[in-house]
Amino acid sequence: MDSFIVISLIKIFVVFGALMTILAYLQWVERKVIAHIQVRPGPYRVGPHGLLQPLADVIKLITKEDLVPPYVNKALYLAAPFLAITMALLSVSVIPFGPKIQVAGYATWMQLTDLNFGVLFILGVSSMGVYGIALAGWSSNNKYALLGGLRSSAQMISYELPLSLAIAAPLLISNTLSLRKLVDTQDGWMWNWNLFHGFQYVSFIVFIIAGFAETNRVPFDLPEAENELVAGFHTEYSSMKFASFFMAEYANMITVSCMATLLFLGGWVAPWPAAYGSGYVPVAIFAIAGVTTVWRGLNPRRKRDRFTFPPFGVVFVIVAAVFLVPRLQSALLPLFWFCAKTGAILFLFIWIRGTLPRFRYDQLMGFAWKVLFPVAMLNLLATGLVIAAFS
Amino acid sequence: MDLILFLVFAGIAVVAAINVVVQRHPISSAVSLIAVMGSLAVLYLLLGAEFIAAAQVIVYAGAVMVLFVFVIMLLNAGGETKAGRSFVASLLGVPVLVALLVALLALLAFFSARLYPRDTEVHFGGFRGGTAQAVGRALFTTYLLPFEITSILILIAIVGAIVLARKELE
Amino acid sequence: MMGHVPLSWFLMLSAVLFSLGVAGFIFRRNIITMFMSIELILNAVNLTFITFAYQRHDVSGHLFAFFVMVVAAAEAAVGLAIILTVFKNRGTLNIDDLDSMKN
Repeated sequence: MDSFIVISLIKIFVVFGALMTILAYLQWVERKVIAHIQVRPGPYRVGPHGLLQPLADVIKLITKEDLVPPYVNKALYLAAPFLAITMALLSVSVIPFGPKIQVAGYATWMQLTDLNFGVLFILGVSSMGVYGIALAGWSSNNKYALLGGLRSSAQMISYELPLSLAIAAPLLISNTLSLRKLVDTQDGWMWNWNLFHGFQYVSFIVFIIAGFAETNRVPFDLPEAENELVAGFHTEYSSMKFASFFMAEYANMITVSCMATLLFLGGWVAPWPAAYGSGYVPVAIFAIAGVTTVWRGLNPRRKRDRFTFPPFGVVFVIVAAVFLVPRLQSALLPLFWFCAKTGAILFLFIWIRGTLPRFRYDQLMGFAWKVLFPVAMLNLLATGLVIAAFS
Repeated sequence: MDLILFLVFAGIAVVAAINVVVQRHPISSAVSLIAVMGSLAVLYLLLGAEFIAAAQVIVYAGAVMVLFVFVIMLLNAGGETKAGRSFVASLLGVPVLVALLVALLALLAFFSARLYPRDTEVHFGGFRGGTAQAVGRALFTTYLLPFEITSILILIAIVGAIVLARKELE
Repeated sequence: MMGHVPLSWFLMLSAVLFSLGVAGFIFRRNIITMFMSIELILNAVNLTFITFAYQRHDVSGHLFAFFVMVVAAAEAAVGLAIILTVFKNRGTLNIDDLDSMKN
């Protein structure tokens, strides 16, 4: 019992630390990718390639004046960002990053806790996240914030329905609500993934669209866009509370991407079994990246590349070598595949943000109720019929 | 451990319930009611009802209460005024309520000690039949008729709500 | 043993919540607060159902609680729509002012 508590505490610290770092650097990735889509460099002054930009942003947000306006409803004003960030981070506690591993003699799962009803837990926690936004809009005592908060909450609860129905279809195939067992049923080759069973790509598309709307991302971000409604529900918030709302949005994005990976893309399972050499894919990727970076550093296009590229190249080659160590492979390989798949979906989020315009609010709500909800319902019906016919 | 969990969350539930009844502005009552539902969900988990606990958070605390919060925010009617209360009611109200509650609890304790001399001890994991599989199996075999009727009930509620709340056509 | 909770305590908690709900329904004059007291009553009844499902080791108690939840959700939707219409027509949420059918 004691070792269980100590191991759990260590896992919590590791996951929390990694998640906070990933949240900060996800913002850097987003700014860089959107900048390159718009043919401009993005942040490049603070540190090499702008890599210290998140640090500068954190320092700026912490040292900004934390102004609580006198006309707000204090209890709800202070509780709303806390509620938003808590619910966003709570979903990560049931996500499995890999299989059972051996660390210093103790066998433990790469997951904080496995619940029998893990999928329902994540749905419940994301339903509670609506309150952070609604109460923020109300407590700010500001008509633009109230309208933004109400619109955002209405959008989130409208898209929860197609989201739940799109989740139910692969659950019918995998026959379990526990996230760990969900990955176990997709073990093996790539065609075992839930995405490639029949017409589950419909569920995947519905899930991704509903996931965009749940996290208030473009093209569904009218309630919080900078040039609409002043700034939406977080108009009256400053410094760390404002930062909490943004961290909550990115954490929600990470949760939706992790759920898409677990439900449809097979979680931490490699596309083909390790016996056929899938363990060498990360080695190959990092080695090629390292060699290319070092070569570019030696024949630089910009003068400062001579100093910044070679260290990165050396780091990449070291990481490639680490993936070859057999003792670490059982933990690192599943983690690599999970992060690769989740990263691909996060890149999709960022890519679409840089590409598509945003929906008008009535178009958004009409799309949810008139198109997405019937499609999700018909998809669930058809999946159920097919499973009943073939079992 | 179960005792501490029960005492903490039952305490939160009772304090929040008193807050629901006592607060002047409806939005504070709504937030307290959400707290009551959350702590009840934890108590359901203690009693082994994992599916119902998840349904409580998703449906009750996450959808029905959002509806309440929306209506309160849209109507924006403000807090209740204190005018027009009778003097006797405000003097006798709380003491009579407390006396009735104490009598009720004493009756319950007395009868449960007589009817169930070995009071069932609740511990986490004592009832494992509340999984989604068990609830689903019972829902679609024994309780299929109520399930179908509630689906019609929900349809009626949706149509009724839309008809009642829409703008009048010219 | 120290860790276990007697079942009757759950029933007592349910009774307390039920009485608070009834008190809120009787003493408050704002329609929305009265409606929330009704939801409190329904939650207390749900707790009783789940408690007895634990004692009898029968999942039917959970099913009853599930149906109570469904009916409460439908009732909340229609009730709040009625409240919206009443507010649009009368401009007040105080139930003492909605007495045009009296006498």
